[in-house]
Amino acid sequence: MIRLWFKSGAPWIWLNAAAVSLSLIMVVGVLGLVIGRGVGHFWPHQVSQFSYQELNKQPQIIIGEKVETSITPAAMAKSTGYVMADNEDTLVQYLIKTGNRDVTGTDFRWIQERNIKAHSEPADMIVIERREWGNFYGQLVEVKENGATIASGEQAWQVLQTKIDETLAIFKEITHIEKKEVGAINYGLERLRLKQRKLELKNAFDDLAKQDIATEKAAFEAEYKQYQVKLTGLYQKLRSDSLVAKTESGSVLAIPLAKVVRVFQPNTMSLLDKILHYANKVVEFLTDDPREANTEGGIFPAIFGTVMMVMMMSVIVTPFGVIAAVYLREYAKQGFTTRLIRIAVNNLAGVPSVVYGVFGLGFFVYILGGNIDQLFFPESSPAPVFGTPGLLWASITLALLTLPVVIVSTEEGLARIPSSIREGSLALGATKLETLWLTVLPMASPAMMTGLILAVARAAGEVAPLMLVGVVKLAPTLPLDGNFPFLHLDRKFMHLGFHIYDVGFQSPNVEAARPLVYATALLLVLVIIGLNLAAIVIRNNLREKYRALEG
Amino acid sequence: MTQQIRSHSIDMSSVLQGKDAAQQPTETCIKVENLNLFYGEKQALHGINMEMQKKKVTAYIGPSGCGKSTLLRCINRMNDLVDSAKIEGKILLDGDNIYDKSVNVAALRRRVGMVFQKPNPFPKSIFENVAYGLRIQGVNDKRVLEETVEHALRGAALWDEMKDRLNDNALGMSGGQQQRLVIARAIAIEPEVLLLDEPASALDPISTLKIEELINELKEKYTIVIVTHNMQQAARVSDYTAFMYMGELIEIGTTSELFTNPSKKQTEDYITGRYG
Repeated sequence: MIRLWFKSGAPWIWLNAAAVSLSLIMVVGVLGLVIGRGVGHFWPHQVSQFSYQELNKQPQIIIGEKVETSITPAAMAKSTGYVMADNEDTLVQYLIKTGNRDVTGTDFRWIQERNIKAHSEPADMIVIERREWGNFYGQLVEVKENGATIASGEQAWQVLQTKIDETLAIFKEITHIEKKEVGAINYGLERLRLKQRKLELKNAFDDLAKQDIATEKAAFEAEYKQYQVKLTGLYQKLRSDSLVAKTESGSVLAIPLAKVVRVFQPNTMSLLDKILHYANKVVEFLTDDPREANTEGGIFPAIFGTVMMVMMMSVIVTPFGVIAAVYLREYAKQGFTTRLIRIAVNNLAGVPSVVYGVFGLGFFVYILGGNIDQLFFPESSPAPVFGTPGLLWASITLALLTLPVVIVSTEEGLARIPSSIREGSLALGATKLETLWLTVLPMASPAMMTGLILAVARAAGEVAPLMLVGVVKLAPTLPLDGNFPFLHLDRKFMHLGFHIYDVGFQSPNVEAARPLVYATALLLVLVIIGLNLAAIVIRNNLREKYRALEG
Repeated sequence: MTQQIRSHSIDMSSVLQGKDAAQQPTETCIKVENLNLFYGEKQALHGINMEMQKKKVTAYIGPSGCGKSTLLRCINRMNDLVDSAKIEGKILLDGDNIYDKSVNVAALRRRVGMVFQKPNPFPKSIFENVAYGLRIQGVNDKRVLEETVEHALRGAALWDEMKDRLNDNALGMSGGQQQRLVIARAIAIEPEVLLLDEPASALDPISTLKIEELINELKEKYTIVIVTHNMQQAARVSDYTAFMYMGELIEIGTTSELFTNPSKKQTEDYITGRYG
């Protein structure tokens, strides 16, 4: 019976199906975990107020969001030092996000359920997202302007809303001026300084040049003075308002509105309010700069850096890989040497990526970049331009890392083109080069795109080599901006993969940042899927266009 | 039409009626002198000597592997693409040796066009397929291209079928249409000689017939050399027939003479179906 069953081939099919379902479950598991943990982070949670009294201690009030529940069996709790009553089977503990790091020194605390005397969700609980010290939880007391109270009690909340909107608008204006206008002035001044230094090095810094530079400098400085006046005014306005709030312990705390990003009352929000709040937070996450050592705010620079780096890498690796593959397949005499080269190329794909990072740092950054600096940028010495990790070197290092993939798939594509097509072209009097350009390469383009898709998938997820050749925790400027020459290949950049590592394991407040790790991981997956989808769509269009002869 | 298709099974003499090509004055176009070809150690062609006449159809017949395609591919130097192939001897096209060192192979192939056994259109539009040869010669004038494409498609009896579909992908055509498109592509650059390597072997009978009719029209302008497995086809379309066996040219003569009164025993055995 069993033997018959084995002979029928059914077990083999079951085994196959099991392998497929296992892979599917793992993919779904990964996505499920990342989505489950990451997506909920931005939802406004209820704020609870607990009356809490530990054994033989004063009663106290605790305000915060319930984050996690842990249930420990009594025996185990006892063995770790908790005093357990005989009628207790389990020890239930809650992790509460209490915020107010500036007051209490921590963001989180564990409380035991048995010590909770009362639990309520008062409507007037406010959550303040701040630019420093994390969230604040408490109750609003009054709003002040220039030190004088302008609203308190019931109407304070209404006044606060309008005040916050005003302050945020001012803050946005200040950021814009500082980043764009003043940034451009600083950039221009730096260029002037380099120009002067260059002339000095050439001994050509004569009176005429001196005058030129002085006038330009004066123009910049005059412009800067204007902005400075404007900025001083704005700052004064920004700093004028503040709010006073009561913490859980009853003490009052004054918070300048300039430090406030967002205030809300989660316990009174309707579902629609919550959805709007959520959308708002997601948009902030996607489009804003990070705050508080990357644990708050957005990750736009990291998204931008990742996409930029992958695109640069594609631009570098595709022509290189295709040209190498064309030589190997079309021109080189097939034999021992080409076999050796193919083996070497395939083995390159197996070299650990961090080794590429070391190579990139040692060769590209120090040797190549150092020499470029000496030859072309002597004026900025001792500050390096290309002799330091940056976008260009990161892209080139990753291009090197993904080169084998592109070579191998392009070669396969070239090999698949029927010889009848080549002969047809040659018989019409085309040279080998014309045949290659007009028929063979277009027909092989889907295979090149396949190579590129694999390369992008590998490069976008790589972190280790990037840490050595250009990625930083916080890049003050994007590698692409409005200052000539617009694309700054020498700049360092942020990267989603590194951001995950940094936020999750290097930040001062790991507990608070953990949901952000999942959210960032989800985003990294989405960015890679997006990049791949774009490449796949292009490839499928090419495939349709150059559908090869059947058989 | 159906009459002629059935002729595959009819006696050869009825097909040969009206073949009197030998009576007209002729002029040598291609002359093969002492041609030997080796694939590595193996000799594939042994001392071939033959002449092909201008604006006539010469057919090569013989059993598989006898070297007829190899000989055909020598005429536009397609065998250059085979690394192991080595060629001795001469082929004279209008008196000039095409294996001379000074010959530009691409230019030679423009004079000697070729159509292969399996249709091999490029994955481009019908228009671009026909215009391909002109484009590589640097012709980009739209008017010239359009005129030439129309002329070539008319020449290949495709214009009426395809004039509204010029921008469609050529791979969407039927096998017979594709083969005629490939012929149009070859005649668009106005070669002197057209080499056809079993042009109808992959096609159905009706498409075969169309190709044969086309060959009859094309010989007004071009010297045609055709390789075929099908003796009836050789008898129908050619003026001269060459019989090859084991890499050697056994006999060449006017088609009517070779089929009705072969001078060699081997030829007679082959055309009467005793082997091959």
